[in-house]
Amino acid sequence: MRYIDEYRSEAAAKRMATRIRQVTTHPWTLMEICGGQTYTIVKYGLEELLPDEITLVHGPGCPVCVTPLELIDKAIVIASTPGVIFTSFGDMLRVPGSSKDLLTVKAEGGDVRMVYSPLDAVKIAQSCPEKRVVFFGVGFETTAPANAMAVWQAKRLGLKNFSVLCSHVLVPPAIEALLSSPTNRVQGFLAAGHVCTVMGYEEYIPLALRYQTPIVVTGFEPVDILQGVYMTVRQLEEGRVEVENQYARSVRREGNVPARKLMAEVFQTTNRNWRGIGEIPNSGYALSPEYADYDAEKIFSVEGIKTRESEECIAGQVLQGLKKPHQCPAFGTGCTPEHPLGAPMVSSEGACAAYYHFGRFRLGRTSAPEVVVT
Amino acid sequence: MSHSTVDLSVGHSCPVPINNYKHVLLAHGGGGKLTQQLIQKMFAPQFENELLSPLHDGAVFSINGTRLALSTDSFVVNPIFFPGGTIGDLAVNGTVNDLAMCGAKPLYLSAAFIIEEGMTMEDLWRVVLSMKEATDRAGVVLVTGDTKVVDRKKGDKIFINTSGVGVMEQGVDINPANARPGDVVILSGPIALHGIAIMSVREGLEFETEICSDTAPLNGLVQDMLKASKDIHVLRDPTRGGIASALNEIAESAGVGILIREEHIPVPDEVRGACEILGLDPLYVANEGKLLAIVPRESAQEVLRAMQAHPMGKDAVVIGQVMVENPGIVLMKSRVGGTRVVDMLSGEQLPRIC
Repeated sequence: MRYIDEYRSEAAAKRMATRIRQVTTHPWTLMEICGGQTYTIVKYGLEELLPDEITLVHGPGCPVCVTPLELIDKAIVIASTPGVIFTSFGDMLRVPGSSKDLLTVKAEGGDVRMVYSPLDAVKIAQSCPEKRVVFFGVGFETTAPANAMAVWQAKRLGLKNFSVLCSHVLVPPAIEALLSSPTNRVQGFLAAGHVCTVMGYEEYIPLALRYQTPIVVTGFEPVDILQGVYMTVRQLEEGRVEVENQYARSVRREGNVPARKLMAEVFQTTNRNWRGIGEIPNSGYALSPEYADYDAEKIFSVEGIKTRESEECIAGQVLQGLKKPHQCPAFGTGCTPEHPLGAPMVSSEGACAAYYHFGRFRLGRTSAPEVVVT
Repeated sequence: MSHSTVDLSVGHSCPVPINNYKHVLLAHGGGGKLTQQLIQKMFAPQFENELLSPLHDGAVFSINGTRLALSTDSFVVNPIFFPGGTIGDLAVNGTVNDLAMCGAKPLYLSAAFIIEEGMTMEDLWRVVLSMKEATDRAGVVLVTGDTKVVDRKKGDKIFINTSGVGVMEQGVDINPANARPGDVVILSGPIALHGIAIMSVREGLEFETEICSDTAPLNGLVQDMLKASKDIHVLRDPTRGGIASALNEIAESAGVGILIREEHIPVPDEVRGACEILGLDPLYVANEGKLLAIVPRESAQEVLRAMQAHPMGKDAVVIGQVMVENPGIVLMKSRVGGTRVVDMLSGEQLPRIC
């Protein structure tokens, strides 16, 4: 497949790994922000290709993982309400709330449906006028345009039975929160390519300068990530601080202008709670007052639901890059994908689940033997 | 608005582990870890016996000196017609293949139909004709059956159960627990066709593709393989849960490690494209006309040649080997040179959010 195979080529990956080794003279700690990148790193075993000096820490860029417990509880209340069709992306369905997950609500008789696009939820609302259709609108700047489009369309169609449980989160405020933390150890960032496809990368420039930290907009294939690491390390080694764009085949400086315009109309920025991190000012989108009629939190009166997060799960430290998933005492024993104690064990993009699924064997040995096939 | 459905007073710990499901989830039928738990905790202990305990695709036993294999399978696929097949040929091929994976020659089938009131006769006729064609193709005879009709909305058009009996050749001992370090892992052809074909026509997810299900009987292929060498340790058709789940089951029941190479696993471009878009991993997507064979190194070449000479195995390839190290774990050398664990899925494969 074009535009994919080139970026998964062993030869290209090895070439890039060699260049990283050649340029590296000091230990560096880098963070990939996006869960999709963590998934690629662990799925392809990329850390094996990097020199020992480079440490990758896995940032808070998994939308499932940073969604606070109380939002899941709100979703469960709404989904359990008679007459509601509750629609969501697939991997939110298994995230445990305080007492159950959405798949359990479905097994108990709730009408919970997985959709691939919020626009499908709008279609369901059109075809089931007697039901109230709610879409679970979570995610970063990547999923926000489609959610904005769904709300915009619902309003244009005059739908009265469609609403969104909306809790978008934004990357730049999270990077700023991490960089300004006294415990920060991240020296360079791989910014999330898909987020920048929508938003562009102008807003990262003041961040890089203020915190003297290189940021490289990076794609999602193995060679993309290795090249992103190379570009970040080269900046660090040369003492430069810039925002560079590794993912130029997809990202423009100004992003996707029509998408940004639509988002600016439908959403307004708001403070958001990040699971494991806490509240970050102006770090999310909520529906703007003009679209308040589509706000499921208001329609279903669930704004009052408050759920306390545990102090025990170290998800917060994992999401801030202070600890690796397997440094958690519960990793793989008390906490597994079947019985997750914390959200990063739920989504395949979550750092803990990615470690569990793809990297478990490394805890006992450093590398696998070569395959010899006849 | 009542909030009584969620007890928030228990929300003081980090998401309470949902250890004990009070209801059956779809994931319990997904072929992953939850299915395993259901079988191991509920069914197997109640009926424990030496024929059931291996939890193979079928049971193998002797009657008056003749070794027979018995297997059963139910089919609830939605939609019932999909590119490349119907629920009818799937039901025939499924049981034929389960018997073939025991190394048996399938002979007789039973079929039980649970039909939803209101199903059109035309649709039912189409299912019946496809079953007839499939039995002819597999060379098996349908010898007994049963029909039930349930109220509208108490079923989903039609569910079919088939059971089958086959006869075993002398000297054949095929069982997932037989995999031995040094054995070679052979795959009979390109993967993930069935699962993607079904998804391409599933309500709410329709997309245009030319991918057809690979549903087909594998008994002819297995007979040719056994002619080449009776020394085949394991056969498995990687249906729901895909080759990842099948290899994990083998690794676990034989107490061995399995190492496969990503670049050797044939995934058609169209399937890869669909998987990229849908956020799915083809290793976990269902097949209905493929098999995995685990064969001692000495007989691997003969078996591979026999497979490649048969139409159902013409694209057969060696994808990996069985190891002493990492017992119970399947590893994959990735395309770019790193290594990862190919784990068993917990439940259904859920598409990623972005």
